[in-house]
Amino acid sequence: MTDIAIKPAESENRKFIRHLLRRKTVAFGLVILVIFVLLAVLAPWVAPYSPSKLSIVNRLKPPSGTYFFGTDEFGRDVLSRTIYAGRLSLLVGVAVVALSSVIGVTLGLLAGFFKKLDTPIARLIDAMMAFPDILLAIALVAALGPSLTTVIIALSIVYAPRLARIVRASTLVIRELPYVEAAQALGISTFHIMTRHVLRNLLSPIMVQATFLFASAMLAEAGLSFLGLGVSPEIPTWGTMIAAGRQYIGQADWMTLFPGVAIILSVLSLQMVGDGLRDMLDPKLRKDL
Amino acid sequence: MIRYIFQRLLGMIVVMFLVVTIVFIIVRVTPGDPAAVMLGPDATSQDIADLRASLGLDRSIGVQYLYYIGQLLKGDLGQSIFLNMPVTAALFDRAEPTFFLTIFSLVIASLIALPIGIYAAYRRGSFIDQAATTLAMFAASIPSFWLGLILMQVFAVRFGLFPVSGYGGPGSTFLDRMYHLTLPAFALGIVSSALILRFTRASMLDVLGDDYIRTARAKGLIERRVILKHALKNALIPILTVLGLTAAVLISGAVVTETVFGLPGVGNLVVSAVLRRDYPVIQGALLVIAALYVLINFVIDMLYLLVDPRVRY
Repeated sequence: MTDIAIKPAESENRKFIRHLLRRKTVAFGLVILVIFVLLAVLAPWVAPYSPSKLSIVNRLKPPSGTYFFGTDEFGRDVLSRTIYAGRLSLLVGVAVVALSSVIGVTLGLLAGFFKKLDTPIARLIDAMMAFPDILLAIALVAALGPSLTTVIIALSIVYAPRLARIVRASTLVIRELPYVEAAQALGISTFHIMTRHVLRNLLSPIMVQATFLFASAMLAEAGLSFLGLGVSPEIPTWGTMIAAGRQYIGQADWMTLFPGVAIILSVLSLQMVGDGLRDMLDPKLRKDL
Repeated sequence: MIRYIFQRLLGMIVVMFLVVTIVFIIVRVTPGDPAAVMLGPDATSQDIADLRASLGLDRSIGVQYLYYIGQLLKGDLGQSIFLNMPVTAALFDRAEPTFFLTIFSLVIASLIALPIGIYAAYRRGSFIDQAATTLAMFAASIPSFWLGLILMQVFAVRFGLFPVSGYGGPGSTFLDRMYHLTLPAFALGIVSSALILRFTRASMLDVLGDDYIRTARAKGLIERRVILKHALKNALIPILTVLGLTAAVLISGAVVTETVFGLPGVGNLVVSAVLRRDYPVIQGALLVIAALYVLINFVIDMLYLLVDPRVRY
């Protein structure tokens, strides 16, 4: 008698993740992203020097075995500052995604589910999206005063309409599906239907959009900090580091180069993951699943 | 069709009204007294009171709003506090570099993105296609201000091929001004090409799978004619949309790039206004740029009617 090994059926989620990771760009993006997150979390242990340690005798030293990324105008290690700056950039990204998701999803759900609210919210979204991202963020930061919190609030207000538009469009479709009608017929509360039945089916598009928003928020934060409208220039963020490096670009281009490369790599990794997620979740493109 | 144009016009007016309201609110959310914030810590209470009166901040919010709308309808965007001139005039003075920078960048972005996008779609799945897609993703990840600094360092400082900054002296020729805009336009154009490339590729892919393309090939038409005449013409609508959107994005991208290259444009004006807390200028620039964006969208929608005879509302 032969033993027949019964392989347990692979869950949909595991299958999805396996197929996602099979894509080279997604795997590459995830690896870079994980490295950045680990560097940010473990910064005090990974960074070779303190990001604020001054050493005037070592000012503007080019990259070497002692200082891999060179030093800045105060002799501070650029590698250590780049690692610490990643903490703040990632924090801004996470906070903006969280806050804009709360605002955007709420607005989108309300507009998509309640016909009376649809027109005013849809027009508000249109109006908000008429402002170029960075310009609206600059105006909000100007009004609220520059600080880390202000940057997060401003960017969340800027990006929330993008999510709201997607959530609204999907809710309008889902609202008409038979299972929503069935839930209503069963007397289930509107709040319950919205959060349990509608929102759950919107998680995929929200997740894809959130990845892209994360990337956009990191770029925008760098832009604001570069202009001196974000966090205080003493705090290392990739944007403030580039702004500081700008004055010494003729003598010490490494001050500008490395934080810029860090921005590019982190944003690129997020885009790669977001792109892969979108392709996998798009029924038209999902051929290999 | 007239009904559709009328509906779009009406929609545009509603959105503009909301844009005006949002701009009005943004300045009013300033913690504390905007007049005191604008004048700084050394201002006397009389100075603050005078500025409050001149800005109309001593009136109720409702009255301020109605006054603001009334002034806008007269084309008055207020008075710049630091430049001591009307905001409209300040914006008009600075519009030229921003306008040409936007156009120049858009041309560069299109010259990079359209051929690559079309060819990538034509060679779908090939190495070139994958390289183009990755390149687009890479370009979209570059902060334009950083790229500007790197281009400046390499081509202006090291090789001395282009001016480091500025827009040419007074009385400089058009060509000289464009020469000054080359590096900023490349910085913005390269970054913006990503979106156009992706849209062009996607749009061409959609079209290349259609029956009429197969028919055109079956008729024995040469491939270049099939791609450029039959496919590209039909893929133009989404490409037009993205070109319009990119133009709007470029205006905001110009804010940071102008600062990097010391260009006397609207972007530079906005940044210095923010640093000086010149709220009327910020308010005016925000409003004008948002209005331009709404207008560009409207024009694109109208172009749909011209480009695609199938679009009849």
